[in-house]
Amino acid sequence: MLNSASPAIAQHASPSATQPLLTLDGVSKSFPGVRALSEVALDLYPGTVTALVGENGAGKSTLVKILTGIYQPDEGTITLAGEPVSFSTAYDAARAGITAIHQETVLFDELSVAENIYLGHAPRGPFGLIDWKRMNKDAAALLRRVGADIDPEARLRGLGIASKHLVAIARALSVEARIVIMDEPTAALSHKEINELYELVERLKAEGKAILFISHKFDEIFRIADRYTVFRDGECVGAGLIADTSHDELVHLMVGRSVDKIFPKTEAEIGEKVFTVSGYSHPTEFADIGFELRRGEILGFYGLVGAGRSELMQALFGITRPSRGAVRIDGEVAVIRSPAEAIRRGIVYVPEERGSQGAIAGLPIFQNVTLPSLGKTTRAGFLKLAEEFRLAREYTSRLELRAAALDRDIATLSGGNQQKVVIAKWLATKPKVIILDEPTKGIDIGSKAAVHEFMSELASEGLSIIMVSSEIPEVLGMADRVIVMREGRIVGEFAREGLDAETLVRAAAGIDKVQS
Amino acid sequence: MISRFLKSREALLAGAIVLLTVLIAIRFPAFVSAANLVRVFNDTSILIILALGQMMVILTRCIDLSMAANLALSGMVVAMLNAAIPGIPVPALIALAIAVGAILGAFNGIFVWKLDIPPIVVTLGTLTIFRGLVFVLSGGAWVNAHQMSDAFKAFPRAVFFGLPVLSWVAIFIVVLMTVLIGRTALGRAFYAVGGNPTAAVYTGIDVGRTRFVAFTLAGALAGLSGYLWISRYAVAYVDIAGGFELDIIAACVIGGISIAGGIGSVGGAVLGALFFGVIKNALPVVNISPFWQLAISGAAIIVAVAFNARAERRRGRIILRQSEAAS
Repeated sequence: MLNSASPAIAQHASPSATQPLLTLDGVSKSFPGVRALSEVALDLYPGTVTALVGENGAGKSTLVKILTGIYQPDEGTITLAGEPVSFSTAYDAARAGITAIHQETVLFDELSVAENIYLGHAPRGPFGLIDWKRMNKDAAALLRRVGADIDPEARLRGLGIASKHLVAIARALSVEARIVIMDEPTAALSHKEINELYELVERLKAEGKAILFISHKFDEIFRIADRYTVFRDGECVGAGLIADTSHDELVHLMVGRSVDKIFPKTEAEIGEKVFTVSGYSHPTEFADIGFELRRGEILGFYGLVGAGRSELMQALFGITRPSRGAVRIDGEVAVIRSPAEAIRRGIVYVPEERGSQGAIAGLPIFQNVTLPSLGKTTRAGFLKLAEEFRLAREYTSRLELRAAALDRDIATLSGGNQQKVVIAKWLATKPKVIILDEPTKGIDIGSKAAVHEFMSELASEGLSIIMVSSEIPEVLGMADRVIVMREGRIVGEFAREGLDAETLVRAAAGIDKVQS
Repeated sequence: MISRFLKSREALLAGAIVLLTVLIAIRFPAFVSAANLVRVFNDTSILIILALGQMMVILTRCIDLSMAANLALSGMVVAMLNAAIPGIPVPALIALAIAVGAILGAFNGIFVWKLDIPPIVVTLGTLTIFRGLVFVLSGGAWVNAHQMSDAFKAFPRAVFFGLPVLSWVAIFIVVLMTVLIGRTALGRAFYAVGGNPTAAVYTGIDVGRTRFVAFTLAGALAGLSGYLWISRYAVAYVDIAGGFELDIIAACVIGGISIAGGIGSVGGAVLGALFFGVIKNALPVVNISPFWQLAISGAAIIVAVAFNARAERRRGRIILRQSEAAS
């Protein structure tokens, strides 16, 4: 049994909720190469807000997907109101009274508000036709209940994100949901809207709903949650009452693990300035970004999801255009209008989404490697296959790629090996600056160590690396310097010496300096 | 190497063509006479050229429905020019047909590239526009054999080393495309753009421009086919090659060119066209009604697609097995 809240403590703590409404016990879920959840436990009580806290990749989303019937657990039990249940489809979970409100609402823009609320369970009139009058009337009543001043017949497209959230909540009420999961509901809301959402959460609590509240923002967790559960690396590492804990304890639980062992960063000689960015801004994604990067340096970019890090990197790589700002490479001003130009200038970008942005399925491994370097393997306009093989073999072997044959389709490789091919592809262009976006996301521990070791090696060879990462141990272990971004701006820059996880989390989440 | 070829789609298709030919030959030995096989190949030549053009477009995850209309318009332009000024040398007319076709193809490409309109919509529109232009240009009148110069009509029929020029042109295009697709950065870009457009962008490939080039080259081949078609059949009119756009796409699909882009080979497209050619030529010999011919062609398409879908699924399972083994 894990150290989750036992029912005895719960009884003692929350007199209104004697028994948990929903209990997860020993739930595990694995994907190829990754164990996303490992024997986690979770209790949700009626009339109670439970905060689920954890770093990116800790398994929170997987848990939500299990609760809403999108994934099925490999092992473990789910008990709802004393009865063991299993959800084989999303419909089963919805029928059992579990509903989720996501960061980006999953509603239908072209339908009316009332249709969105009642889609799938609209009130029926004679001949089984939809009773529009009753549907609009009921929808209006539900919207009043959530305190939303929205016309039920309005088209959803015209509503703002906060109003869409309210529609989603009204929908949750319409199915008589007993359990409401809110996945970072305030991520895209303004200050005023957030306060309105808090009031709504209070109202749902008063109605006896069990609420699972997922958030990165500590101030709101301490404001509205009654209980907490902390996940780390797919395991449940702590649970209890919010009243009995503190910011510091939660941060410790979230990040606490030994860093040195996993990350073999070797000291590299840091040389002259290679890459300087100043006053870099984008109309909607980021503003006033300025930093410099030196030869042999690994510069970490830390922040919460949506802090604008990837958007910044895409602009630096020429995929999107900045509105203002300048980039200098080796002291010379460089205007980068396209990825092809960035590659020519010696900047390469290994994107976060290997599947959608990195590997090209259908092309053999060696052709994936040589794709950006075809200029080097072309003689008089014709590709030299032998030359391509040589180049591919040279770089894949440096990454210790275990592949049967380089002329096999890249889709036949595992995730970790595909990542190696994608990195080999960029190294073959002989870059000066390499931007790695979440270099080890979703790959197994063994491949992770190989990627980290390799990063150290590249830095010691004089390559400059920008590493965007949401994994704190990786940032602490690998980066010489760390820049923290929040809401599109740089909010802190830290040297490696003496940097700890708490400092990073506080900067990224916007928590004020040490409170006690 | 050899064993892998034997397991490939191309080998399977080649086997199916041989089997089909043998079955026909059992009842009609004359079908496999050298002269007849040459005739079947010659009949299929234009389809092969067009299928190779379409293949480039499909590889980039696009589709060109306007190729047959392009053929009709480019063909009509050179036919009318030849009828009006018989003195213009044939090579100049061929070059003109290719140029007109390329411009029409570029027109498709520009819309797909700069306005980001789905290719199926763009080419559905240009299909009608090109056909309309043939009518506007000709006033609905035919250009008949007697209006065309002898040199104009004779070129595709001239025989060298036992094969008509038409067949030689097809063979030349096959060689050209093999080199272009397999041995140039452009060919590689076609696969990358269709296989994973987002990843292609990150690799520094201009996806829109690559698609534009594919459409332009496909248009050029349609223009070339326009001259070949009209000179071979010695007639040009509005509805020429009507509905042929579907035969072109069918040949590609049968040949294993994935409609989702990024997968396919020159060999596959050629075999797909030949399979189609054998069926079209053999069924009348076996005395099967034209309506059955259509049904059989259609069935062949579905069987081919089903085969390809199965092959894709099998690939998916291999990934799972390997990563399970790795973890």
